[in-house]
Amino acid sequence: MSGKPRKRKQRTPDGPPPPPVVQRLWIRYTKVGRLRFMSHRDYTRVFERAVRRARLPVAFSAGFTPHPKISWVGAAPTGVASEAEYLEIGLSAVIEPDEVRRRLDEALPADLDILEVAEARAKSLADRVDASQWQFTFGGLAADQVRPAVAALLATGTFTVERITQSGRKQVDVGAALASADVVDGPASCAIMTAIVRQSIPVVRPDDVYAALRDVAGLVPPQLPVALRLAQGSLDDSGRLLDPIAVDSTVITPSPAS
Amino acid sequence: MTSHSVFSDLEPLLTQVQKPIQYVGGELNSTVKEWESADVRWALMYPDAYEVGLPNQGLMILYEVLNERTDTLAERTYAVWPDLAELMRKEQVPQFTVDGHRPVKDFDVLGVSFATELGYTNLLEALDLAQIPIDAAERTSEHPIVLAGGHAAFNPEPIANFIDAAALGDGEQVVGDVTDVVKAWKAAGGSDRGALLRRLAQIPGVYVPSLYDVEYGPDGAIASVTPRHSDVPDRVPKRTTMNLDDWPYPKQPLVPLAESVHERMSVEIFRGCTRGCRFCQAGMITRPVRERSITGIGEMVERGLNATGFEEVGLLSLSSADHSEIADITKGLADRYEDSKTSLSLPSTRVDAFNIDLANELSRNGRRSGLTFAPEGGSERIRKVINKMVSKEDLIRTVTTAYANGWRQVKLYFMCGLPTETDEDVLEIAEMAKEVITAGRAASGRNDIRCTVSIGGFVPKAHTPFQWASQASAQTIDERLAKLKAAITSDRNLGRSIGFRYHDGKPSEVEGLLSRGDRRVGAVIRAVWEAGGKFDGWSEHFSHERWVDAAASALAPYGVDLAWYTTRERGEDEILPWDHLDSGLDKQWLWDDWLDAIDETEVDDCRWIPCYDCGVCPGMGTDIQIGPTGKTLLPLTVVNNGGDQA
Repeated sequence: MSGKPRKRKQRTPDGPPPPPVVQRLWIRYTKVGRLRFMSHRDYTRVFERAVRRARLPVAFSAGFTPHPKISWVGAAPTGVASEAEYLEIGLSAVIEPDEVRRRLDEALPADLDILEVAEARAKSLADRVDASQWQFTFGGLAADQVRPAVAALLATGTFTVERITQSGRKQVDVGAALASADVVDGPASCAIMTAIVRQSIPVVRPDDVYAALRDVAGLVPPQLPVALRLAQGSLDDSGRLLDPIAVDSTVITPSPAS
Repeated sequence: MTSHSVFSDLEPLLTQVQKPIQYVGGELNSTVKEWESADVRWALMYPDAYEVGLPNQGLMILYEVLNERTDTLAERTYAVWPDLAELMRKEQVPQFTVDGHRPVKDFDVLGVSFATELGYTNLLEALDLAQIPIDAAERTSEHPIVLAGGHAAFNPEPIANFIDAAALGDGEQVVGDVTDVVKAWKAAGGSDRGALLRRLAQIPGVYVPSLYDVEYGPDGAIASVTPRHSDVPDRVPKRTTMNLDDWPYPKQPLVPLAESVHERMSVEIFRGCTRGCRFCQAGMITRPVRERSITGIGEMVERGLNATGFEEVGLLSLSSADHSEIADITKGLADRYEDSKTSLSLPSTRVDAFNIDLANELSRNGRRSGLTFAPEGGSERIRKVINKMVSKEDLIRTVTTAYANGWRQVKLYFMCGLPTETDEDVLEIAEMAKEVITAGRAASGRNDIRCTVSIGGFVPKAHTPFQWASQASAQTIDERLAKLKAAITSDRNLGRSIGFRYHDGKPSEVEGLLSRGDRRVGAVIRAVWEAGGKFDGWSEHFSHERWVDAAASALAPYGVDLAWYTTRERGEDEILPWDHLDSGLDKQWLWDDWLDAIDETEVDDCRWIPCYDCGVCPGMGTDIQIGPTGKTLLPLTVVNNGGDQA
């Protein structure tokens, strides 16, 4: 027997719909120190609780299980520190961005700092983020020992490493994602590599960069390198990273040295 | 002695393990005091994974109570997962606290809270990782005092050789007494560990197993338990915290950064229970009933929500709907938090104390999710045996009302293997579930309602009327559960609306060995741990075979075996391993109640009838503390600038 599928009326909760979003804010925050070991899932819960403690009038979605209007932009992986994480939050009442920054920062533990809060300036924050600036610290190595491997990787144009994830094996093209990189000697006998990495699918993680340097030029650091995300933004034609939430297109990083 | 953080050694290991956030501390409302600022230092351990241990109320309360003392610091430690344990052994990183990341061995007292006996192997693992001798007899004045607490500590005999002392009953005050004794001992030089143990044994509620000799008779049973010194008490009485309003802890509940099993702000609305369910150790050892007042609860909820940002308030107790002012409490809280999407939950609700007004208040600000009831026994007869006085008619009526009012899902908890139980008693569970569905469909006019039957093996516990009972064998349990499953699924139309969840009888058998074990069982625990046993409460880590093998070899020299501890019924005159630990319950009363159980005779709740002489109140110098106070929760008047939450 066929016929029109039985149409069931969508159930909706009683009462008026939730108050609408009247203010959208873009927020830059950190996940550093010990708390870099948080997973993104953990962070979202911690942040939602902080919003409640800060008594911010966050807007909620409609329906039987209302969700706070918070959207996240490319979070750093578990165990990796970042000084430039971003999110967007929708409020049902207007509050001064700086007041929001102060209240949220107070409600969050140390190492999870709210650095900037600004009015949203476009429809989507995610559209304004397509690359990251990373700092990789190689303890026990000099810049001269790291530089040849980095140069070799940059020269490949495309270089794939394999990552084993819970859902199976994934091919990650580190060579294509690496936009620019520079290596200098840091304090206390370490080499510091600063790199701009494009957002890609699947996303290139610090571990993938180390694997690529190992595979392309046999670089095996004596200890696990330490990664820190310094910035995120959009990459312009001359290889500069632009601040995603600043009023004008503030340049975060200058054009890479050739 | 000074102490240093091991975090720099731990940090490189954390990138190699699952869920590293659980080891880094830094939770909201956690405390790290200067090491040198305190005279006495406690490491508090919950011997299970962080996600289970962090929300534990007992540990949280003691953490705050101890840290409020200016001369004391307390930090927390949890069982580490095998992946990190392996790396810690390889890199020589000792068991650490998550607050200061200090080695546990540097503390004066290691307090371990046992909610279940299945945490015993984790104690051994933690001691070993901490580089503390597993045998208490091998410890010196350089090592912490290992102090067990929690419900399972009411029979600490199986771990008697691994702990230095056990605290019986409520912990709020005894931890202060222990602190005072340790402080005085340290001030006097702190060199004679034996003298410290003798002094601890004189604190009411503190039991020092090494100060008692246990002898066994030719039949394998205990012949005598004798204190070694005249100043060591024959029987150790439990401690009872009275006037709960004076103890509004936790004031600042810990908020985990990692996901944990209970993500809510919990308030203990009363302690103790006199419903008299004969299987329930918690109800027996926590008497009498002491209520927190409605206004005390209101203050704790408000302060706790402000301190945490939790979205759910759990009103905890052994039977929360029994609070004398529960209706005013739930209505008052639902009114106060109506606009803030804060939901309320009553984790333990009796069928007979449940009413739909209460349920409506609970779900007013949140979701109308599932309701859970625990009839425990399938037949009217077996419910008389266990003294869970709930009739099938009550249950059907309650559940039907719930379905008619919009609930879709009801969970029913049962036990299998209860004393005198037959297959027929268990098979009645299937009939009950089917009637629930039939009545529910009729009342709600819907076909998508569900009922889930959840059932596990019964374990007889110390200090209950069933302490003499024969535990059903794992085989008996498994066979009955299989028959029940077949009976539920026999009717396809009703069966498709009934879920069936069960735990097989094997873990219950091990729990039974540990619950009613004596000191000889310590050899089994040790052998299991040496064979790699830990996290026994987790099915993926639990090995029944490992326990059976260890029991066979470790108990053989004593002429007893696993069955002797589990399926054997005890006689009236047998000296039970915990008889010298005084929960207040009169042993004769327990025996009479055991006979009443076999006789299917019920006993009422002493809150509503005259005292039936269980012995607790006169023995412990306590009394029932219940309302009503006649007060109500007024709306909160604080207006928060710019916020919508008040």
